[in-house]
Amino acid sequence: MPPRLRLTGITKRYAATLANSDVNLTIGPGEIHALLGENGAGKSTLVKIIYGFVRPDSGEIAWEGEPVQIPDPNAARKLGVGMVFQHFSLFESLTVAENIALGLGATETIAELTKRIEEISRRYGLAVTPTRHVHHLSVGERQRVEIVRCLLQSPRLLIMDEPTSVLTPQEAEGLFDVLRRLSSEGCSVLYISHKLEEIKALCERATVLRGGRVVGHCDPRISSEQQMAEMMIGGALPVAHRTSALHEGAPCLQIERLSLPADEPFGTNLRDISLTLRDGEILGVAGVAGNGQKEILAVLSGERLSPDAGSVRVCGTAAGHLGPTARRRLGLAFIPEERIGRGAVGEFSLTENGLLTAYGSGFVRGGLIRFGAIAQYARDIIKRFVVKAAGIEARGSSLSGGNMQKFIVGREMGTNPRVLLAAHPTWGVDIGAAIAIRQALMDLAAAGSGVLVVSEDLAELFEISDKIAVLFHGRLSVPKPTNETSIEEVGLLMGGGTEAGASPVVAHAA
Amino acid sequence: MHEVEIAVAIAVATLRAATPLMLAGFGELITERSGVLNLGVEGMMLMGASVGFIGTVATGSPILGLLLAMLAGAALALVFGVLTLSLMANQVATGLALTIFGVGFSALVGVNWVGTPLQGLSTDIWPSLSTAPPMVQQLMLLDPLVWVAVLLPFVVQWFIYRTRAGMILRAVGESSDVAHALGYSVLRIRYFAVLFGGAMSGLAGAYLSLAYSPMWSENMVAGRGWIALALVVFSTWKPLWLALGSLLFGFVTIAQFQAEGLGLALSPHLLAMLPYIATIVVLVLISRDATRLKLNAPAALGRPFHATA
Repeated sequence: MPPRLRLTGITKRYAATLANSDVNLTIGPGEIHALLGENGAGKSTLVKIIYGFVRPDSGEIAWEGEPVQIPDPNAARKLGVGMVFQHFSLFESLTVAENIALGLGATETIAELTKRIEEISRRYGLAVTPTRHVHHLSVGERQRVEIVRCLLQSPRLLIMDEPTSVLTPQEAEGLFDVLRRLSSEGCSVLYISHKLEEIKALCERATVLRGGRVVGHCDPRISSEQQMAEMMIGGALPVAHRTSALHEGAPCLQIERLSLPADEPFGTNLRDISLTLRDGEILGVAGVAGNGQKEILAVLSGERLSPDAGSVRVCGTAAGHLGPTARRRLGLAFIPEERIGRGAVGEFSLTENGLLTAYGSGFVRGGLIRFGAIAQYARDIIKRFVVKAAGIEARGSSLSGGNMQKFIVGREMGTNPRVLLAAHPTWGVDIGAAIAIRQALMDLAAAGSGVLVVSEDLAELFEISDKIAVLFHGRLSVPKPTNETSIEEVGLLMGGGTEAGASPVVAHAA
Repeated sequence: MHEVEIAVAIAVATLRAATPLMLAGFGELITERSGVLNLGVEGMMLMGASVGFIGTVATGSPILGLLLAMLAGAALALVFGVLTLSLMANQVATGLALTIFGVGFSALVGVNWVGTPLQGLSTDIWPSLSTAPPMVQQLMLLDPLVWVAVLLPFVVQWFIYRTRAGMILRAVGESSDVAHALGYSVLRIRYFAVLFGGAMSGLAGAYLSLAYSPMWSENMVAGRGWIALALVVFSTWKPLWLALGSLLFGFVTIAQFQAEGLGLALSPHLLAMLPYIATIVVLVLISRDATRLKLNAPAALGRPFHATA
């Protein structure tokens, strides 16, 4: 039997960079194939070529032995390629059935389609309700809608781009069952993920990309995570070390019984949230996106004020009524989720971006900017965090997401904050940079500051946090010491289960 | 009997006053639902008014005149489309420029036609007019474009929410990137929407110069294009509310004339403000639910789309 898909000598060049260089990839029928590589390794370009978004400069694509051209996504779908995007391609204001109808390009009525959706959803155990509006759905439900949409086209190759980054561990397990079932029915799967333990559990073969080239193949069932990671980064894997401050520090960030209704239509109401972060402590907040993370971060950073000044305290001072600048003066630093737009200005140089939040630390004298000092500050950050940039005058938007994140982390740490809020600090960041960022967070805590990390990556939270709490439907569970809880227990809480013997509503004893 | 006749007269006058707002408003509603904000409605209406008038006088055929007006509106909209969609110029600035251009160009084109007399649109579309009761006769004397405007809300409502093309239109207006990812040609859909909006504005303008007050004078649209634009936003992009807003505006305009006729001791300037105030107050009241506003507003409104390969 010919392979389902064979890419030969695929090359794609963008202005200065070679995104793909002579890439060969073969996927057999029913095979679950992993595509591994760091950010910028060329994975997304390759996937875009397969799905018809991008045309390769040279190289051949063969589908089931026949050479083909894939000029646009419609052509890809006609061949039998389905894709579940990393960022969901759903329309919030439309219903599930309407969304699926838009993706199918078919001419059947919504009623007929609804019947087919229900059929597929039963067959694969993918619970979706066709008549609901997408903005009501959780992230996991949205992904199921995307998958059902693909399955309705009876795909013979399903591309999954980082599908589990937004799922609870239990939801991810459910997804794997669906993928295994598809594979047993002969559908091939191309699986892209940073999470190597998932690759090991799911995939039979892996192709590793680095700098746009294929640098190796492996069998993830045999290769260790360490081996795969080292293939991806092309060197030995640095290891993060935790030096814990053991003494019980003073509270540096507190929320007391805070309830706040959402201020936008797809937002989450915060319900009776209490938490205490102490000096020298890393507190991890786990949870699936959309359960109040955005809201709690806005309330802590000062982007949203709380009605009662005393409900948020920064270093002991009631700060609920203070804006972000005033809270920064109290010693709070903030690494937001969006790098360009909230963390940094894309059109500004790195020097100027450095000044944005650090200007209070002696970089302005008599109303004038000390350009020499701020340039040195930017250079120090670039050096300490190994930021890959053309120089301190490089524009923020010219950096890759991971490098911009390293720069922002460096900028926030450079002011020696007493409290650091970090929202999804390593999201979309490659392995090397992620380790550097985690190490920096741990170093800051070891030096006596309190760090609050909101993340969806449980492995990360378990690696760096002293305590973990879970956010679900706007409620925060009682933080538990990391060594007294488990990934399974946290996963259950993320899905709305309650921990045995304790109610998440009770304010915890500080 | 007398009261009923007055009521019918007011209803007829209201419909006539609301018609240009509805024609232009529904054109703009479709344009905005595709994610494009065209502030050039006033200019396109003026082009439609002058070209429609000249076309009718020159050819002697109101049908041809209306068609030419729609073409003129669409031609202006095409300029807007090329600038904002293909060349990604700022939509707000381009739309304002379009209005300024339309005001001047329509005056230039129509300069020799000011004061030319014209028989209005024929209302002779119904059979056996003379045998109908007088009240029905009054309704039947309404010109055909009014009936188009009466049907329009229901057609647009059906189109947007019940047809596949309408669903695609909403999708493109909510997220052009996602629509593109699904394989829809965002620019083509937006061009269609912009051209439709232009044609409807042209038609609305021609209604003013051919039926509402059959004549051409410079700047005769007198801000109705802006009112139509405001109604679209205040109606939260919902067809039936847009119809309601247009009728309300038309009704208060008429009521204001009636009040003047009855010798109400109010400054005429204050009375002239009434339609605007009443419309804004009512529509602000019905659109104050922020959540619903966000759900109906085309999220991609005003944002240029560029397919990044």
